[in-house]
Amino acid sequence: MAALTIAAGTGNWFSALALGVTLLKCLLIPTYHSTDFEVHRNWLAITHSLPISQWYYEATSEWTLDYPPFFAWFEYILSHVAKYFDQEMLNVHNLNYSSSRTLLFQRFSVIFTDTLFVYAVHECCKCIGGKKVGKELTEKPKFILSVLLLWNFGLLIVDHIHFQYNGFLFGLMLLSIARLFQRQGLPILPRLVLNSWGQAIFPPWLTKVLGLQKRHMEGAFLFAVLLHFKHIYLYVAPAYGVYLLRSYCFTANRPDGSIRWNSFSFVRVISLGLVVFLISALSLGPFLALNQLPQVFSRLFPFKRGLCHAYWAPNFWALYNALDKVLSVIGLKLKFLDPNKIPKASMTSGLVQQFQHTVLPSVTPLATLICTLIAILPSIFCLWFKPQGPRGFLRCLILCALSSFMFGWHVHEKAILLAILPMSLLSVGKAGDASVFLILTTTGHYSLFPLLFTAPELPIKILLMLLFTIYSISSLKTLFRKEKPLFNWMETFYLLGLGPLEVCCEFVFPLTSWKLKYPFIPLLLTSVYCALGITYAWFKLYVSVLIDPPIGKTKKQ
Amino acid sequence: MEKWYLMTTVVLIGLTVRWTVSLNSYSGAGKPPMFGDYEAQRHWQEITFNLPVKQWYFNSSDNNLQYWGLDYPPLTAYHSLLCAYVAKFINPDWIALHTSRGYESQAHKLFMRTTVLIADLLIYIPAVVLYCCCLKEISTKKKIANALCILLYPGLILIDYGHFQYNSVSLGFALWGVLGVSCDWDLLGSLAFCLAINYKQMELYHSLPFFCFLLGKCFKKGLKGKGFVLLVKLACTVVASFILCWLPFFTEGEQTLQVLRRLFPVDRGLFEDKVANIWCSFNVLLKIKDILPRHIQLIMSFCFTFLSLLPACIKLILQPSSKGFKFTLVSCALSFFLFSFQVHEKSILLVSFMLPLLLKDELLMPSVVTTMAFFIACVTSFSIFEKTSEEELQLKSFSISVRTYLPCFTFLSRIIQYLFLISVITMVLLTLMTVTLDPPQKLPDLFSVLVCFVSCLNFLFFLVYFNIIIMWDSKNGRNQKKIS
Repeated sequence: MAALTIAAGTGNWFSALALGVTLLKCLLIPTYHSTDFEVHRNWLAITHSLPISQWYYEATSEWTLDYPPFFAWFEYILSHVAKYFDQEMLNVHNLNYSSSRTLLFQRFSVIFTDTLFVYAVHECCKCIGGKKVGKELTEKPKFILSVLLLWNFGLLIVDHIHFQYNGFLFGLMLLSIARLFQRQGLPILPRLVLNSWGQAIFPPWLTKVLGLQKRHMEGAFLFAVLLHFKHIYLYVAPAYGVYLLRSYCFTANRPDGSIRWNSFSFVRVISLGLVVFLISALSLGPFLALNQLPQVFSRLFPFKRGLCHAYWAPNFWALYNALDKVLSVIGLKLKFLDPNKIPKASMTSGLVQQFQHTVLPSVTPLATLICTLIAILPSIFCLWFKPQGPRGFLRCLILCALSSFMFGWHVHEKAILLAILPMSLLSVGKAGDASVFLILTTTGHYSLFPLLFTAPELPIKILLMLLFTIYSISSLKTLFRKEKPLFNWMETFYLLGLGPLEVCCEFVFPLTSWKLKYPFIPLLLTSVYCALGITYAWFKLYVSVLIDPPIGKTKKQ
Repeated sequence: MEKWYLMTTVVLIGLTVRWTVSLNSYSGAGKPPMFGDYEAQRHWQEITFNLPVKQWYFNSSDNNLQYWGLDYPPLTAYHSLLCAYVAKFINPDWIALHTSRGYESQAHKLFMRTTVLIADLLIYIPAVVLYCCCLKEISTKKKIANALCILLYPGLILIDYGHFQYNSVSLGFALWGVLGVSCDWDLLGSLAFCLAINYKQMELYHSLPFFCFLLGKCFKKGLKGKGFVLLVKLACTVVASFILCWLPFFTEGEQTLQVLRRLFPVDRGLFEDKVANIWCSFNVLLKIKDILPRHIQLIMSFCFTFLSLLPACIKLILQPSSKGFKFTLVSCALSFFLFSFQVHEKSILLVSFMLPLLLKDELLMPSVVTTMAFFIACVTSFSIFEKTSEEELQLKSFSISVRTYLPCFTFLSRIIQYLFLISVITMVLLTLMTVTLDPPQKLPDLFSVLVCFVSCLNFLFFLVYFNIIIMWDSKNGRNQKKIS
């Protein structure tokens, strides 16, 4: 009721949106949950009942702890609340335990930690101004942005149906991005002093040291913490590193926007390094002291898994695998290949396993790493040589996330959220970005559909997807109605094609006789179709970043 | 409409909430021997599919009326039959005679929930959207906010998708009726309303305003000319639609009588359980149910209902206006609920009041959540707490007329605001108490009786309030006409 009256008292649309989505999350409690539910329950049990020295050695359950230490501590803290709900879920040997109280606790822990995400969205909306068009609330960029983030379809189904804790992690990421955007960086007291006595009283070097321009240090701090929560964010670390080095450690540019080498600030580099070092020490220090670091790393980076997940994430390798399949079928038809030599294992049969390509060369982890680096490199160069402020950094971050999604080893389809959420921030700013965002989001979200395969959740995923897609497309179209249309005919055709694809995969296919013979066809179709769209979006975004004129000339520190 | 996408979003939100609520438990899940309304609906599919029409409403060896016998009008039975054909196609076990009693499975639950959703999607939701689009003199934003509030209304969602019933069908038809009548498609409107009555007899609550409004329209056009033609047309439509619905039962007099007896179970007494109407609340002080003989109870309740209806209805006949019509609909339904015979707690569709029922069905979580969602939707779109003006409460004319007699009476809107807050707070407190506290041993029904009593007071207040609006509004309208 208290929250209600706050919402009512100020007529605040933001809290209404946040509360609305929170209530929707509460309604999603009884829905299907995946094995990740058991994974997190097991981690609760491990961190609660075992000493630190055994956290990364415990292997009673097959779902061993494979997140960095901060996440383990997070589970540790949660477990001290969990014991008031149900003591039994904290027993390591109680495998696959899920009482109704356990369910309630776990679901509520996700919903509750999402408050950090809500706060981060609030901060993002404050600092990211978009195009200003109409006076009406529903046409304001801030409103659209907060709906796009808070009601994000992917986050809703991955966190609140499938079950994971992405909400607060993305909250940390968005918060650190917001801090890099924000201009006033001082705590309240100095700001007051500054305002009352005028700016002249502070010598320029002092403002620089204090980081008055932007809250870079805070952003770096948050990102370092985030890395020690979940290491998947390493994908976007290059963007952070280069941006902070280029735009924070070098305090000035030449008039033409290129770097001024003598403006390098050692104080800033050292303070940044110190922050990152201290956080890492806090996280990994105990394990270093216990001499367990190799074990921790072997848990964090399991390279024994295959190139693709059981369901191919819609990236470059999905296209590669599909091409290989097509070639092998053609080869068999035309008698170029010997049927006896072809390995029987089919990639979509459901198990995570090594897979040998029949025609094309097999892919090694090293090859994917090299591909990823090559794909990231141009965007990094772009960030270094024509820095465009925080916006340029955001683009680079998205490109890093997308490129590693495209070429990474054993990528999960959920990783697309890493690109979608930051992209939302860009989408309200420019028509071109909005167009890329819509293609990326719609295809990316559609590619999450196979996560939920049970019948009662089918209407939910379709309804929520329609809700988000219709809202995002039409609100962004209204926002950019004065510019050229967001989609060309090809893109429109592609996006409309998702509808028939869904009908075929979920409604028509189960009725056909192929259901038993080729059960993998719907997944294969989905992932190849989505891979096309995501590759296209990636390409389009890359082109727009590379040909954009630098705005560094006008920017002065 | 320029904002069509917002309307689509609103509809999709409504649908999502409906489906997520439906994932929860239903009434009487796993509780033999009688189960609950879910089993009743399934049983009707079984009966209508396996027995000939003539036996639907009769007690027989195949149709035990004590076990969820059909007690709704024919349209419900036809709907059950239609669902049964689909069920037969999917899994014949679901509707096998005798053996399917108490059948429960995940797939069957999914099927039943889907039937509700489809009925809702076909009848109720289009009616709501169209109704909100046809509202006059308000901005597009307000229309969409209206639609959101109506679609998120928790009472209907919880009873239909949690507890399990098909209220949205009859309410949807009634809404189509309202829509038709207020847009001057009188024939279509009355046809839709006849369908509503033939789906659930509860819609009779709304029948008097319909009748009065249409009659008033005829009078307005002049009974000797166009009005008479309209009246005849209307009568023909109503009679024809009724005959069409009742056709299989009109062949024998006994059939019709039996159906009517099933629909209006007069012998069940003045009230059952705890209902927030006058009789039940009065029962705390005086046990009318035991003192008076049944036929006197019947006459008494009829008289009270009729008297409470009378003023609003007469007003409507004399001055038919679509605004007055809507208010009369509400006030009539309220007075029926308060004074009439054998009322069900579900018929008011108010959440706080159905709480014991929902608790029994293990629907606490969705009910709390949807109610809060509804409140937020209402609060943010209309900000009730902020600017309650007399204008918005439609009480301007009343307060003006009162002020001429009582000059000191100027705090009306403030008073109403406080009253509203107080009643909301008491309801919330009572709800909390019912959920958390155990009642004292001597009075096991303490909380539910208290809830009944408080809501009864509230309803009485609303009845008076709506009647005041109806009475004074038309006067004001006449004054305005005089001025212009």
